Amino acid sequence: MSATSNQSGFVTTALIALASLVAMTWVIFQLGAPGSGVMPVALLSWLAACWLNIRLSAVTIVDPRLSRLRDLLVAAIFGIFILFLWEVVVAVYKIPFILLPPPSAIGARIMASLPILAADFNQTVLKAVLFGFCVGSFAGFTVAVLADRYGFLARGLLPIGNMVSALPIIGIAPIMVIWFGFDWHSKAAVVIVMTFFPMLVNTLAGLGASSQMERDLMRTYASNHWQTLFRLRLPAAMPFVFNALKINSTLALIGAIVAEFFGTPIVGMGFRISTEVGRMNLDMVWAEIAVAALAGSLFYGLLALLERTTTFWHPSYRK
Amino acid sequence: MSGSRFLPVVTIVALIMIAWYVAAYFMNAPFQRDLNTRGKVEVTQSQFIAQTMAQPKPTMPAPHQVAQTLWKSVFGVKPTSKRSLVYHSAVTLSSTLLGFAMGTLLGVVIAISIVYVPVLEKSFLPWIIASQMIPMLAVAPMIIVILASINVTGLLPKALISTYLSFFPVAVGMVKGLRSPDAMHLDLMHTYNSSKAQTFWKLRVPASVPFFFTSIKVAVAASLVGAIVGELPTGAVAGIGSRLLAGSYYSQTIDIWAALIAGSVIAVMLVSAVGLLQSATARLMGARP
Repeated sequence: MSATSNQSGFVTTALIALASLVAMTWVIFQLGAPGSGVMPVALLSWLAACWLNIRLSAVTIVDPRLSRLRDLLVAAIFGIFILFLWEVVVAVYKIPFILLPPPSAIGARIMASLPILAADFNQTVLKAVLFGFCVGSFAGFTVAVLADRYGFLARGLLPIGNMVSALPIIGIAPIMVIWFGFDWHSKAAVVIVMTFFPMLVNTLAGLGASSQMERDLMRTYASNHWQTLFRLRLPAAMPFVFNALKINSTLALIGAIVAEFFGTPIVGMGFRISTEVGRMNLDMVWAEIAVAALAGSLFYGLLALLERTTTFWHPSYRK
Repeated sequence: MSGSRFLPVVTIVALIMIAWYVAAYFMNAPFQRDLNTRGKVEVTQSQFIAQTMAQPKPTMPAPHQVAQTLWKSVFGVKPTSKRSLVYHSAVTLSSTLLGFAMGTLLGVVIAISIVYVPVLEKSFLPWIIASQMIPMLAVAPMIIVILASINVTGLLPKALISTYLSFFPVAVGMVKGLRSPDAMHLDLMHTYNSSKAQTFWKLRVPASVPFFFTSIKVAVAASLVGAIVGELPTGAVAGIGSRLLAGSYYSQTIDIWAALIAGSVIAVMLVSAVGLLQSATARLMGARP
């Protein structure tokens, strides 16, 4: 493709982006008393954004950093337009607030009740989730390393661990509430049990990931079991361990929130969700959901970052 | 292979049982000791042990107590009775299966469109991943209440929660699976002058079968959890989840454990059914054992 046609393509793309932005702003100002023209214009600007996305993802970018930025931009445009269409649809079709509050109302609610959200976050995430996640993952890891030392244990634990991973473990929540009381300890206990088995199964699988050749090499170095474990097999198991940590990060959040449905002090994300649903304050529920989604994404992102720096040697990160 | 596993698994299960009995003794002992001192009852050690295993609302029910309740509520009452665990299991199972079917279908459709429409991968896939950051189980009560307010009740709301939980593993697994044929195979199809549809049916679909079964194993387990949690806010009408909630309201610990075991049995049955389907499909496709 010649440089001029590339440039003219760029100009059209920029113009369309601008037009879409202008249409979007117009629609947002019309939302107070939406006329009949609002919905078509909103749809048009959305179509323009779709076309923009198609153009953007068709461009080949050599620089990996710019390419990542482009991917981020494409996803962001898509997301912003989902929120935009949500807002417009709720306003134009007058969808009842109970069914689906508009994003602007949810944002306002988040801003208005930051102290409550912070207290709930502290109770559920910083206490129950973090503690349960650390203890459960560490326990699963330790048991896996010990089980790996004694093959008999590993052969017995692996099928049981695999089976338990498929069970609805969340159901132990009422039992844990009876045992450990209403406060965060019972939620942490649920999280510990939920995170233990994925870590156990994944670590056991990871410890078998190094090849026979590599293990033979360690033998020719006359290294003992623990030396082979720390120098070869644990590093080789790291991608599996991180996989378990990522699975556990979502499980832990869900486990702690659902466990709060079975009895809790008057603070906590699960408590807030279940009571505010009862009082039909749906914007508060959505605010908690937004906080939970944000916390979950951050948690996951941090783990992914840690994985990148720890297992930089793994083929999946090679370019 | 299975022979070498049998002994270790049985040993570990036996160890768990012993640990369970020991835990039952120690966790129920304080309450029983209180009861005996207050009632001024003198018992021998062996009588005391027996007492800790026979409380009506124990902190930790002994395995045989759970087994008795399970037996009574599965075989002792009519399967259509509200006290039968078979009835509640059937309620949970039906919404699990409906949600699982819808979720699998949705996941496969999403995967196919992502594989064939490149712009969807960049714009849609990140949001599918982000959608899983919404703790759907935590939102389950809201979904149920909202759907009830527009007169959608019964099986469908619970099934929708299962759908939401199960479409994701299928979508991600199938994207991987449909992409799994390497460039050499795709080139070969190209030299055969095969159309897009032919490449899809003769190469991509067969290549994705192992990925499909691995992901629906995860999906079916997730569907069950979704169905159980979806039953919590319905005011304890029917299903395993409502049994758990009712048990926790009235501290009927034995009932909670029995419901848990019933849920686990369903989970094992579902996952093994998928496993059987997987090996049958592999045989049909000409895999040698």
